[in-house]
Amino acid sequence: MSTEGLSTTEYIQHHLTNLHSGEGFWSLHLDTIFVSLIIGLIVFGTMWLATRKATAGVPGPLQNFIEMVVGMVDTQVKDTFHGKSELIAPLALTIFVWIFAMNAMDVIPVDLLPLVASWFGLSHLKIGPSTDLNATFAMSISVFFLIYFYSFKVKGVVGFSKEILFSPFGKFPLLIPVNILFRIVEDIAKPISLALRLFGNMYAGEMVFILIALLPWYLQWMLGAPWAIFHLLIITLQAFVFMMLSIVYLSMAHESH
Amino acid sequence: MNINATLLGQAITFAILIWFTMKFVWPPLLQAMEERAKTIADGLAAAERGKHDLDLAAKRSAEIIHQAKEKAGEIITAGDKRASEIIEEAKANAKAEGDRIIAGAKAEIDQEVFRAKEQLRTQVSAIALAGAGKILGREIDAKAHNDLLDKLVAEI
Repeated sequence: MSTEGLSTTEYIQHHLTNLHSGEGFWSLHLDTIFVSLIIGLIVFGTMWLATRKATAGVPGPLQNFIEMVVGMVDTQVKDTFHGKSELIAPLALTIFVWIFAMNAMDVIPVDLLPLVASWFGLSHLKIGPSTDLNATFAMSISVFFLIYFYSFKVKGVVGFSKEILFSPFGKFPLLIPVNILFRIVEDIAKPISLALRLFGNMYAGEMVFILIALLPWYLQWMLGAPWAIFHLLIITLQAFVFMMLSIVYLSMAHESH
Repeated sequence: MNINATLLGQAITFAILIWFTMKFVWPPLLQAMEERAKTIADGLAAAERGKHDLDLAAKRSAEIIHQAKEKAGEIITAGDKRASEIIEEAKANAKAEGDRIIAGAKAEIDQEVFRAKEQLRTQVSAIALAGAGKILGREIDAKAHNDLLDKLVAEI
Protein backbone atom coordinates (compact mmCIF):
# COMPACT_ATOMS: atom_id res chain seq x y z
CA MET A 1 0.00 0.00 0.00
CA SER A 2 2.02 2.94 -1.17
CA THR A 3 0.96 6.35 -0.08
CA GLU A 4 -0.52 8.30 -2.95
CA GLY A 5 1.60 11.02 -4.45
CA LEU A 6 4.92 9.66 -3.18
CA SER A 7 7.56 7.86 -5.19
CA THR A 8 8.87 4.57 -3.80
CA THR A 9 12.06 6.17 -2.50
CA GLU A 10 10.16 8.98 -0.87
CA TYR A 11 7.77 6.48 0.70
CA ILE A 12 10.63 4.52 2.21
CA GLN A 13 12.40 7.61 3.41
CA HIS A 14 9.22 8.96 4.89
CA HIS A 15 8.92 5.79 6.92
CA LEU A 16 12.50 5.93 8.07
CA THR A 17 12.37 9.53 9.27
CA ASN A 18 11.75 10.26 12.90
CA LEU A 19 9.35 12.86 14.11
CA HIS A 20 11.85 15.36 15.45
CA SER A 21 12.05 18.80 16.90
CA GLY A 22 15.08 21.05 17.06
CA GLU A 23 18.21 21.07 14.99
CA GLY A 24 21.69 19.58 15.30
CA PHE A 25 22.64 17.61 18.37
CA TRP A 26 20.05 19.19 20.62
CA SER A 27 17.17 17.91 18.58
CA LEU A 28 14.85 15.24 19.89
CA HIS A 29 13.23 12.28 18.19
CA LEU A 30 9.83 12.78 19.72
CA ASP A 31 8.41 9.51 18.42
CA THR A 32 11.24 7.44 19.88
CA ILE A 33 10.98 9.18 23.23
CA PHE A 34 7.22 9.05 23.57
CA VAL A 35 6.66 5.59 22.14
CA SER A 36 9.33 4.06 24.36
CA LEU A 37 8.01 6.01 27.35
CA ILE A 38 4.41 4.94 26.76
CA ILE A 39 5.49 1.33 26.21
CA GLY A 40 7.56 1.52 29.37
CA LEU A 41 4.60 2.89 31.34
CA ILE A 42 2.26 0.20 30.03
CA VAL A 43 4.61 -2.74 30.46
CA PHE A 44 6.15 -1.78 33.77
CA GLY A 45 2.82 -0.53 35.06
CA THR A 46 1.37 -3.96 34.28
CA MET A 47 4.22 -5.66 36.07
CA TRP A 48 3.72 -3.35 39.02
CA LEU A 49 0.02 -4.20 39.08
CA ALA A 50 0.96 -7.87 39.14
CA THR A 51 3.25 -7.32 42.11
CA ARG A 52 0.51 -5.42 43.95
CA LYS A 53 -1.62 -8.54 43.94
CA ALA A 54 1.29 -10.96 44.13
CA THR A 55 0.69 -13.84 46.47
CA ALA A 56 2.82 -16.78 47.47
CA GLY A 57 -0.28 -18.91 47.00
CA VAL A 58 -1.82 -19.83 43.69
CA PRO A 59 -0.89 -17.05 41.23
CA GLY A 60 -3.39 -15.53 38.85
CA PRO A 61 -2.77 -15.63 35.09
CA LEU A 62 -1.06 -12.22 35.00
CA GLN A 63 1.18 -13.01 37.94
CA ASN A 64 1.90 -16.41 36.49
CA PHE A 65 2.98 -14.94 33.16
CA ILE A 66 5.18 -12.28 34.71
CA GLU A 67 6.68 -14.82 37.09
CA MET A 68 7.63 -16.93 34.09
CA VAL A 69 9.59 -13.98 32.69
CA VAL A 70 11.07 -13.10 36.06
CA GLY A 71 11.99 -16.72 36.68
CA MET A 72 13.69 -16.96 33.29
CA VAL A 73 15.72 -13.79 33.92
CA ASP A 74 16.55 -14.91 37.45
CA THR A 75 17.83 -18.26 36.20
CA GLN A 76 20.01 -16.59 33.55
CA VAL A 77 21.45 -14.15 36.07
CA LYS A 78 22.16 -16.87 38.62
CA ASP A 79 23.82 -19.08 36.00
CA THR A 80 26.10 -16.32 34.79
CA PHE A 81 26.68 -13.98 37.67
CA HIS A 82 27.99 -15.45 40.90
CA GLY A 83 28.46 -12.34 43.00
CA LYS A 84 25.84 -10.60 45.05
CA SER A 85 24.14 -7.60 43.54
CA GLU A 86 20.85 -5.86 44.09
CA LEU A 87 21.03 -4.25 40.68
CA ILE A 88 21.95 -6.82 38.05
CA ALA A 89 18.85 -9.02 38.11
CA PRO A 90 16.34 -6.13 37.99
CA LEU A 91 18.52 -4.47 35.35
CA ALA A 92 18.42 -7.62 33.25
CA LEU A 93 14.66 -7.82 33.65
CA THR A 94 14.25 -4.18 32.66
CA ILE A 95 16.44 -4.63 29.59
CA PHE A 96 14.67 -7.79 28.46
CA VAL A 97 11.13 -6.56 28.97
CA TRP A 98 11.64 -3.05 27.64
CA ILE A 99 13.58 -4.12 24.55
CA PHE A 100 11.08 -6.89 23.87
CA ALA A 101 8.21 -4.42 24.05
CA MET A 102 9.99 -1.85 21.87
CA ASN A 103 10.93 -4.49 19.33
CA ALA A 104 7.37 -5.78 19.28
CA MET A 105 6.24 -2.43 17.86
CA ASP A 106 7.88 -3.60 14.64
CA VAL A 107 5.14 -6.11 13.87
CA ILE A 108 2.42 -3.46 13.94
CA PRO A 109 1.55 -2.79 10.28
CA VAL A 110 3.98 -0.15 9.03
CA ASP A 111 1.37 2.23 7.71
CA LEU A 112 -1.18 1.96 10.51
CA LEU A 113 0.20 4.22 13.21
CA PRO A 114 1.69 6.82 10.80
CA LEU A 115 -1.79 7.04 9.26
CA VAL A 116 -3.36 7.57 12.67
CA ALA A 117 -0.65 10.11 13.47
CA SER A 118 -1.38 12.01 10.23
CA TRP A 119 -4.96 12.55 11.45
CA PHE A 120 -3.46 14.43 14.40
CA GLY A 121 -1.23 16.47 12.14
CA LEU A 122 2.03 14.64 12.80
CA SER A 123 4.13 14.52 9.63
CA HIS A 124 6.33 11.56 10.51
CA LEU A 125 6.13 8.62 12.90
CA LYS A 126 8.73 5.90 13.22
CA ILE A 127 7.06 3.47 15.49
CA GLY A 128 9.84 1.13 16.64
CA PRO A 129 12.06 2.87 19.18
CA SER A 130 14.72 0.18 18.85
CA THR A 131 15.08 1.05 15.15
CA ASP A 132 16.50 4.34 16.40
CA LEU A 133 20.22 4.30 17.19
CA ASN A 134 19.65 6.77 20.00
CA ALA A 135 17.52 4.29 21.92
CA THR A 136 19.89 1.37 21.53
CA PHE A 137 22.96 3.44 22.31
CA ALA A 138 21.26 4.96 25.33
CA MET A 139 20.93 1.50 26.84
CA SER A 140 24.30 0.15 25.79
CA ILE A 141 26.14 3.25 27.04
CA SER A 142 24.25 3.08 30.34
CA VAL A 143 25.36 -0.53 30.65
CA PHE A 144 28.90 0.58 29.74
CA PHE A 145 28.93 3.13 32.59
CA LEU A 146 27.60 0.51 34.97
CA ILE A 147 30.44 -1.82 33.93
CA TYR A 148 32.97 0.85 34.88
CA PHE A 149 31.12 1.78 38.04
CA TYR A 150 31.17 -1.82 39.27
CA SER A 151 34.75 -2.38 38.11
CA PHE A 152 35.88 0.48 40.33
CA LYS A 153 33.52 -0.42 43.15
CA VAL A 154 34.44 -4.08 43.35
CA LYS A 155 38.14 -4.03 42.53
CA GLY A 156 39.08 -0.55 43.76
CA VAL A 157 41.11 1.97 41.79
CA VAL A 158 44.36 0.04 42.30
CA GLY A 159 42.93 -3.34 41.48
CA PHE A 160 41.17 -2.10 38.39
CA SER A 161 44.29 -0.22 37.19
CA LYS A 162 46.33 -3.39 37.62
CA GLU A 163 43.79 -5.28 35.59
CA ILE A 164 43.97 -2.74 32.78
CA LEU A 165 47.78 -2.68 32.81
CA PHE A 166 48.59 -6.37 33.26
CA SER A 167 45.87 -8.38 31.54
CA PRO A 168 45.50 -10.16 29.24
CA PHE A 169 49.22 -10.64 28.46
CA GLY A 170 50.89 -10.36 31.86
CA LYS A 171 53.21 -8.08 33.82
CA PHE A 172 56.14 -7.75 31.42
CA PRO A 173 56.69 -3.95 31.06
CA LEU A 174 56.93 -3.95 27.27
CA LEU A 175 53.53 -5.59 27.10
CA ILE A 176 51.77 -2.90 29.11
CA PRO A 177 50.96 -0.65 26.10
CA VAL A 178 49.65 -3.69 24.25
CA ASN A 179 47.51 -4.59 27.24
CA ILE A 180 46.08 -1.08 27.41
CA LEU A 181 45.39 -1.04 23.68
CA PHE A 182 43.56 -4.36 23.89
CA ARG A 183 41.58 -3.14 26.82
CA ILE A 184 40.50 0.02 25.00
CA VAL A 185 39.41 -1.91 21.95
CA GLU A 186 37.58 -4.46 24.08
CA ASP A 187 35.73 -1.88 26.14
CA ILE A 188 34.75 0.30 23.21
CA ALA A 189 33.54 -2.75 21.33
CA LYS A 190 31.12 -3.67 24.11
CA PRO A 191 28.60 -0.80 23.91
CA ILE A 192 28.99 -0.42 20.16
CA SER A 193 28.36 -4.08 19.46
CA LEU A 194 25.43 -4.16 21.88
CA ALA A 195 23.75 -1.13 20.36
CA LEU A 196 24.49 -1.89 16.70
CA ARG A 197 23.42 -5.52 16.94
CA LEU A 198 20.00 -4.59 18.25
CA PHE A 199 19.64 -1.58 15.96
CA GLY A 200 20.77 -3.51 12.90
CA ASN A 201 18.37 -6.36 13.41
CA MET A 202 15.40 -4.15 14.11
CA TYR A 203 16.18 -1.63 11.38
CA ALA A 204 16.57 -4.41 8.83
CA GLY A 205 13.32 -5.99 9.97
CA GLU A 206 11.50 -2.68 9.70
CA MET A 207 13.05 -2.12 6.26
CA VAL A 208 11.80 -5.47 5.00
CA PHE A 209 8.31 -4.70 6.30
CA ILE A 210 8.37 -1.39 4.42
CA LEU A 211 9.51 -3.12 1.24
CA ILE A 212 6.76 -5.73 1.63
CA ALA A 213 4.28 -2.87 2.02
CA LEU A 214 5.30 -1.70 -1.46
CA LEU A 215 3.97 -4.89 -3.05
CA PRO A 216 0.45 -5.03 -4.45
CA TRP A 217 -1.96 -5.65 -1.56
CA TYR A 218 -2.94 -9.16 -2.72
CA LEU A 219 0.67 -10.38 -2.63
CA GLN A 220 1.69 -8.89 0.70
CA TRP A 221 0.54 -11.80 2.84
CA MET A 222 2.87 -14.19 1.00
CA LEU A 223 5.95 -12.41 2.30
CA GLY A 224 4.44 -10.45 5.15
CA ALA A 225 3.15 -13.38 7.18
CA PRO A 226 6.35 -15.48 7.08
CA TRP A 227 8.49 -12.44 7.79
CA ALA A 228 6.30 -11.37 10.72
CA ILE A 229 6.48 -14.86 12.21
CA PHE A 230 10.24 -14.98 11.71
CA HIS A 231 10.54 -11.48 13.11
CA LEU A 232 8.80 -12.57 16.33
CA LEU A 233 11.74 -14.88 16.86
CA ILE A 234 14.23 -12.08 16.18
CA ILE A 235 12.38 -9.73 18.54
CA THR A 236 12.66 -12.18 21.40
CA LEU A 237 16.16 -13.28 20.51
CA GLN A 238 17.56 -9.75 20.30
CA ALA A 239 16.00 -8.79 23.64
CA PHE A 240 17.48 -11.94 25.14
CA VAL A 241 20.92 -11.38 23.61
CA PHE A 242 21.09 -7.78 24.83
CA MET A 243 20.12 -8.90 28.33
CA MET A 244 22.49 -11.85 28.35
CA LEU A 245 25.49 -9.85 27.17
CA SER A 246 24.78 -7.12 29.72
CA ILE A 247 24.78 -9.75 32.45
CA VAL A 248 28.00 -11.23 31.12
CA TYR A 249 29.75 -7.85 30.91
CA LEU A 250 28.63 -6.88 34.40
CA SER A 251 29.69 -10.20 35.88
CA MET A 252 33.08 -9.75 34.19
CA ALA A 253 33.30 -6.38 35.92
CA HIS A 254 32.75 -8.17 39.24
CA GLU A 255 35.35 -10.88 38.74
CA SER A 256 39.06 -10.30 38.72
CA HIS A 257 41.05 -11.92 35.97
CA MET B 1 19.45 8.07 12.22
CA ASN B 2 21.69 10.76 13.53
CA ILE B 3 22.78 10.66 17.13
CA ASN B 4 21.27 13.50 19.12
CA ALA B 5 19.84 14.45 22.49
CA THR B 6 17.26 11.71 22.17
CA LEU B 7 20.01 9.46 23.49
CA LEU B 8 20.09 11.39 26.77
CA GLY B 9 16.33 11.26 27.08
CA GLN B 10 16.32 7.54 26.45
CA ALA B 11 19.10 7.00 28.98
CA ILE B 12 17.09 8.88 31.60
CA THR B 13 13.99 6.82 30.83
CA PHE B 14 16.09 3.68 31.00
CA ALA B 15 17.53 4.67 34.38
CA ILE B 16 14.06 5.41 35.76
CA LEU B 17 12.74 2.07 34.52
CA ILE B 18 15.68 0.22 36.09
CA TRP B 19 15.11 2.03 39.37
CA PHE B 20 11.41 1.25 39.25
CA THR B 21 12.00 -2.42 38.52
CA MET B 22 14.59 -2.64 41.27
CA LYS B 23 12.34 -0.99 43.83
CA PHE B 24 8.82 -2.12 43.03
CA VAL B 25 8.78 -5.05 40.65
CA TRP B 26 11.64 -7.40 41.37
CA PRO B 27 11.64 -7.80 45.18
CA PRO B 28 7.94 -8.55 45.79
CA LEU B 29 7.70 -10.94 42.85
CA LEU B 30 10.84 -12.81 43.77
CA GLN B 31 9.75 -12.96 47.39
CA ALA B 32 6.37 -14.39 46.41
CA MET B 33 8.07 -16.93 44.15
CA GLU B 34 10.53 -17.98 46.83
CA GLU B 35 7.77 -18.27 49.41
CA ARG B 36 5.76 -20.42 47.05
CA ALA B 37 8.75 -22.59 46.32
CA LYS B 38 9.22 -23.04 50.05
CA THR B 39 5.53 -23.83 50.57
CA ILE B 40 5.66 -26.41 47.81
CA ALA B 41 8.82 -27.95 49.23
CA ASP B 42 7.22 -28.07 52.68
CA GLY B 43 4.09 -29.62 51.23
CA LEU B 44 6.08 -32.26 49.41
CA ALA B 45 8.02 -33.05 52.56
CA ALA B 46 4.78 -33.29 54.55
CA ALA B 47 3.29 -35.60 51.93
CA GLU B 48 6.39 -37.77 52.11
CA ARG B 49 6.14 -37.86 55.88
CA GLY B 50 2.43 -38.69 55.70
CA LYS B 51 3.17 -41.56 53.35
CA HIS B 52 5.82 -42.84 55.70
CA ASP B 53 3.38 -42.59 58.64
CA LEU B 54 0.77 -44.44 56.62
CA ASP B 55 3.24 -47.24 55.93
CA LEU B 56 4.07 -47.47 59.61
CA ALA B 57 0.40 -47.48 60.59
CA ALA B 58 -0.38 -50.21 58.05
CA LYS B 59 2.47 -52.29 59.38
CA ARG B 60 1.31 -51.76 62.96
CA SER B 61 -2.33 -52.56 62.18
CA ALA B 62 -1.25 -55.77 60.45
CA GLU B 63 0.75 -56.65 63.52
CA ILE B 64 -2.21 -55.93 65.81
CA ILE B 65 -4.53 -58.02 63.67
CA HIS B 66 -2.03 -60.84 63.73
CA GLN B 67 -1.80 -60.62 67.51
CA ALA B 68 -5.57 -60.52 67.84
CA LYS B 69 -5.89 -63.60 65.67
CA GLU B 70 -3.35 -65.39 67.79
CA LYS B 71 -5.15 -64.41 70.96
CA ALA B 72 -8.50 -65.47 69.57
CA GLY B 73 -6.99 -68.84 68.68
CA GLU B 74 -5.64 -69.16 72.17
CA ILE B 75 -9.02 -68.28 73.66
CA ILE B 76 -10.79 -70.82 71.47
CA THR B 77 -8.30 -73.50 72.42
CA ALA B 78 -8.71 -72.66 76.10
CA GLY B 79 -12.49 -72.71 75.71
CA ASP B 80 -12.40 -76.10 74.02
CA LYS B 81 -10.20 -77.45 76.75
CA ARG B 82 -12.44 -76.05 79.44
CA ALA B 83 -15.53 -77.49 77.72
CA SER B 84 -14.02 -80.96 77.57
CA GLU B 85 -12.94 -80.58 81.17
CA ILE B 86 -16.49 -79.69 82.17
CA ILE B 87 -17.82 -82.68 80.23
CA GLU B 88 -15.32 -84.97 81.91
CA GLU B 89 -16.23 -83.55 85.28
CA ALA B 90 -19.94 -83.98 84.59
CA LYS B 91 -19.34 -87.54 83.49
CA ALA B 92 -17.35 -88.25 86.65
CA ASN B 93 -20.04 -86.65 88.80
CA ALA B 94 -22.78 -88.61 87.08
CA LYS B 95 -20.85 -91.84 87.52
CA ALA B 96 -20.28 -91.14 91.19
CA GLU B 97 -23.93 -90.28 91.61
CA GLY B 98 -24.97 -93.46 89.80
CA ASP B 99 -22.60 -95.54 91.89
CA ARG B 100 -24.04 -93.97 95.00
CA ILE B 101 -27.60 -94.67 93.89
CA ILE B 102 -26.66 -98.28 93.00
CA ALA B 103 -24.92 -98.72 96.38
CA GLY B 104 -28.04 -97.33 98.18
CA ALA B 105 -30.29 -99.65 96.22
CA LYS B 106 -28.02 -102.61 96.97
CA ALA B 107 -28.03 -101.79 100.68
CA GLU B 108 -31.78 -101.56 100.61
CA ILE B 109 -32.03 -104.88 98.75
CA ASP B 110 -29.68 -106.46 101.31
CA GLN B 111 -31.78 -105.10 104.07
CA GLU B 112 -34.91 -106.41 102.41
CA VAL B 113 -33.27 -109.79 101.91
CA PHE B 114 -32.16 -109.82 105.55
CA ARG B 115 -35.61 -108.92 106.73
CA ALA B 116 -37.18 -111.55 104.49
CA LYS B 117 -34.71 -114.13 105.83
CA GLU B 118 -35.55 -113.15 109.38
CA GLN B 119 -39.23 -113.46 108.65
CA LEU B 120 -38.68 -116.70 106.85
CA ARG B 121 -36.63 -118.05 109.74
CA THR B 122 -39.34 -117.16 112.21
CA GLN B 123 -41.99 -118.71 110.02
CA VAL B 124 -39.82 -121.85 109.38
CA SER B 125 -39.33 -122.33 113.14
CA ALA B 126 -43.06 -121.93 113.66
CA ILE B 127 -43.70 -124.45 110.85
CA ALA B 128 -41.08 -126.80 112.30
CA LEU B 129 -42.60 -126.44 115.70
CA ALA B 130 -46.05 -127.08 114.38
CA GLY B 131 -44.76 -130.02 112.35
CA ALA B 132 -42.92 -131.53 115.32
CA GLY B 133 -45.91 -130.90 117.53
CA LYS B 134 -48.12 -132.78 115.03
CA ILE B 135 -45.59 -135.60 114.69
CA LEU B 136 -45.09 -136.10 118.44
CA GLY B 137 -48.80 -135.59 119.26
CA ARG B 138 -49.72 -135.40 122.69
CA GLU B 139 -46.45 -136.84 123.95
CA ILE B 140 -44.76 -133.66 123.78
CA ASP B 141 -45.88 -131.07 126.13
CA ALA B 142 -45.40 -127.67 124.68
CA LYS B 143 -44.78 -126.33 128.04
CA ALA B 144 -42.23 -128.89 129.00
CA HIS B 145 -40.17 -128.58 125.86
CA ASN B 146 -40.46 -124.90 125.32
CA ASP B 147 -36.88 -124.16 126.10
CA LEU B 148 -35.72 -126.87 123.77
CA LEU B 149 -37.80 -125.44 120.94
CA ASP B 150 -36.47 -121.96 121.59
CA LYS B 151 -32.93 -123.30 121.29
CA LEU B 152 -33.90 -124.92 118.00
CA VAL B 153 -35.36 -121.67 116.63
CA ALA B 154 -32.18 -119.85 117.64
CA GLU B 155 -30.06 -122.39 115.82
CA ILE B 156 -32.01 -122.24 112.54
